Amino acid sequence: MKTNESSSLSAFTAGFIKQNPTFSQVLGLCPTLATSTNAENALGMGLATMGVLILSNIFISALRKLIPNEVRIPAYISVIASFVTIVNLLMHGYTYQLWTNLGLYIPLIVVNCIIMGRAEAFASKNGIWKSFLDGLGMGLGFVGAILLLGMTREVLSVGTLFGIRLWPKTYGMFVMMLPPGAFLVIGLYLALFKHIANVRKRNLKNIKG
Amino acid sequence: MGAEVAKWFAILFAAMLVNNFLLSRFLGLCPFFGVSKSMDTAVGMSMGVIFVMVVAGIVTWFLNLLLISWHIEFLQILVFILVIAALVQIIEIFIKKTNPALYSALGIYLPLITTNCAILGLSLINVQNNYTLMETIFNSVGSSLGYSMALILFSSLRVKLDVEELPAAFEGMPAAFITAFILSMSFMAFTGMIKV
Repeated sequence: MKTNESSSLSAFTAGFIKQNPTFSQVLGLCPTLATSTNAENALGMGLATMGVLILSNIFISALRKLIPNEVRIPAYISVIASFVTIVNLLMHGYTYQLWTNLGLYIPLIVVNCIIMGRAEAFASKNGIWKSFLDGLGMGLGFVGAILLLGMTREVLSVGTLFGIRLWPKTYGMFVMMLPPGAFLVIGLYLALFKHIANVRKRNLKNIKG
Repeated sequence: MGAEVAKWFAILFAAMLVNNFLLSRFLGLCPFFGVSKSMDTAVGMSMGVIFVMVVAGIVTWFLNLLLISWHIEFLQILVFILVIAALVQIIEIFIKKTNPALYSALGIYLPLITTNCAILGLSLINVQNNYTLMETIFNSVGSSLGYSMALILFSSLRVKLDVEELPAAFEGMPAAFITAFILSMSFMAFTGMIKV
């Protein structure tokens, strides 16, 4: 029982840092870069993706014994596409402004490699509860990463955070909101995390040696 | 007629340069970083993308007519992605039978293209803009050429990058993103060149 519990916990927390979908696995880049122009859009996109990820993980895990191995990819795609359609219609109905901001990228959640990747690597092999935890953990990891990018880009480009002004707009670098800014910000973050990992590795070696 | 042809070419160049799929719309980034390590794979992937994008663009355009006539437009996402997945499989089988030389060149890239958001993105863009058939064809050709151009440019930069000595933190992915940043900056110069 003990091992079972700890593995559930690790299924939940793996997505936070160790296997973070954006910064560690570098998956699902298209929506991450395209919709992180400001914090609000980033949060909306993150939550929409997380919702689809959790639901598709649960369903695929529940159906894993019914789906024949040969047609599993089309079956997964159908499940994911159905949930994306639902999320798309819900967002159209309830959060119209966000829906127009995100535009094309909501339907494109279907082809987000994170969702397909978790279906194939985790949900198709594990029980419903663990798949739910995995979806939640990975989803939160994704929300965290996209929100970090969105907040950074919003602060640097127009000097606001969730619409609250931090400093006058004249100090902003507008390029951060444009496509090149997305590449620059994620590139610098990746370099920062790699640097931290390198330093920790070196310290560990020093302690041992 | 003249004005129409002018519009087709405006769409072609806008899709290729101004709204470049990789550098300004962020569609199809996974293979962008995945296969751009060498020139050969970048060229192979580009050929595959051009082929599949044009075929998928045309097929989904006709498919959308069907969906509209049956009043089931809300199924667009589901139908498009399944048809694109099936289409890539059919293209793969067809090329394997008819042209083994082409298959050996493109074969391994075709499965990668199925999950490429650029194909679904293109189909959705065509539908959302209410393009006619000819406009769809020009938009597909322009988008795929723009994609290939950015991919090949990027891979030639990355080949150079591999032989340079970089700070440890920037090796690999971070350097690739910074390179993409510079490339994307240079493509920003096209903004406002064409208004469609």
